[in-house]
Amino acid sequence: MSLLRRFGLLAPLAAFGLAGCGLNSVPTAEEDVNAKWANLQADYQRRADLIPNLVATVKGYAKQESNVLIAVTQARADATKVTLNANDLSDPAKVKAFNEAQGRLTQAIIPLQRLQEAYPDLKSNTNFLALQDQLEGTENRIRAARQDYNESVQAYNTRIRTFPDAIGAKIFYGAKPKVPFEAAAAAQDAPTVNFNTSG
Amino acid sequence: MAIQKRLLDCFAALAMSLLLLFASPAAAQTFPENKGSPVVDQAGILRPEQVMDLKSKSEALLAQSGRAFAVATVKSLEGRDVDDYAYRLGRYWKLGSAKNDDGVLLLVAPNERKVAIATGYGAGAYMTDAMSGIIIREAILPRFKQNPPDYGGGIEAGADAIIKQMSLPPGEAQKTAAKADQVQKSKRNQSPGFLPVIFWVFVIGFIILSFARRAGGRRYRPRYSSGSGISPWVVLWGLNELNRGSRGGWGGGSSGGSWGGGGSSWGGGGGGGSFGGFGGGSFGGGGASGSW
Repeated sequence: MSLLRRFGLLAPLAAFGLAGCGLNSVPTAEEDVNAKWANLQADYQRRADLIPNLVATVKGYAKQESNVLIAVTQARADATKVTLNANDLSDPAKVKAFNEAQGRLTQAIIPLQRLQEAYPDLKSNTNFLALQDQLEGTENRIRAARQDYNESVQAYNTRIRTFPDAIGAKIFYGAKPKVPFEAAAAAQDAPTVNFNTSG
Repeated sequence: MAIQKRLLDCFAALAMSLLLLFASPAAAQTFPENKGSPVVDQAGILRPEQVMDLKSKSEALLAQSGRAFAVATVKSLEGRDVDDYAYRLGRYWKLGSAKNDDGVLLLVAPNERKVAIATGYGAGAYMTDAMSGIIIREAILPRFKQNPPDYGGGIEAGADAIIKQMSLPPGEAQKTAAKADQVQKSKRNQSPGFLPVIFWVFVIGFIILSFARRAGGRRYRPRYSSGSGISPWVVLWGLNELNRGSRGGWGGGSSGGSWGGGGSSWGGGGGGGSFGGFGGGSFGGGGASGSW
């Protein structure tokens, strides 16, 4: 009887134990990471959609800057080729590849944004200015979304590695730590595009 | 050798953590407080009547469309990018409604000669980045560039343009505002901690029953004389769980996300003439900026 009594207590206790072990909190944290990732991905997509328009507008004014335009177009094509699923977020190599491709594109756009200093005509082109604003806003969004994503990943990684959630994370979900987006390491050693500012 | 290396590693780790310690206060910013007002003139570039005027316009916009607009001038961006500062300030203030994230913030940093319009996640639809850029270039910057700079005039002109854009589809805006208001009300009426309480009453009741039956049975005399024969531990545990349940859940708080953190209601007007536009809205870097 006393055994039964002890089991009677144990069953609900076990339920709590499991709940305390991250049965709920680990998927919740993971969904948060996925949501933040979706935001970031949408912002990258937005940027990729904007660039062809910007390139087309610039083309009419600055034909001699074709190497800049080619570099941007190339970087964009490369960046859109490297895709990353939410399932691959714990694969360091895939995340790194994606991050680097996007980083190269970020780097390639910079001379494009400075073109207006060299071409006064471009400066007065409202279409160009509007596109530039959108691109700038998108870059800011990407930066914000990256930061949010990294914070979410950090929270998730902490959760699955610390007691008591670590138990549930390991036993039920086999949770692996996700990889944050490191700050543009690739951007630093990306080749700088030769851009003639004296134009 | 190996020990030396490990020691070195230890030192490196220590140094890193020290660095982090020093780095974190630098990263944490001191944002100006809004004290319930949509116009915060920390830099002191607005005249009192301009502040009044901007306030009344912002309140009128909120009443008419449900969208929140705020103006901030700051003494210093504390070394941050103006876009970065603007969206963080918007998050910090929770400008806009939690449901629509439709706040718009105009930030001026006269000492850094920077201006930015930050739009909430949901505001990007009517206050696009391109529109923000046009307003900055055409309404604000020309006045800031004057000698002496007409800060008040530039901010007023920018605010007028922004408010005009934000109040564009009035019928639709009103409808959604009314809807949002209803949602807010129904949210307020339903108590969130109700279901868990019922659940635990059932669980505890079940346990009590089973104990009572057992206690009334053959061998056991109730050890704890007060009738029901439950161990005080069970009671304690149940109380603890009840408490947890009413706090809204297990598994600890999720990471302090910026969404919906604002418990404050908007549109309801919390008395004291406080601006109702700080209702949990969030920002994600949208908008535009300029310098002069």
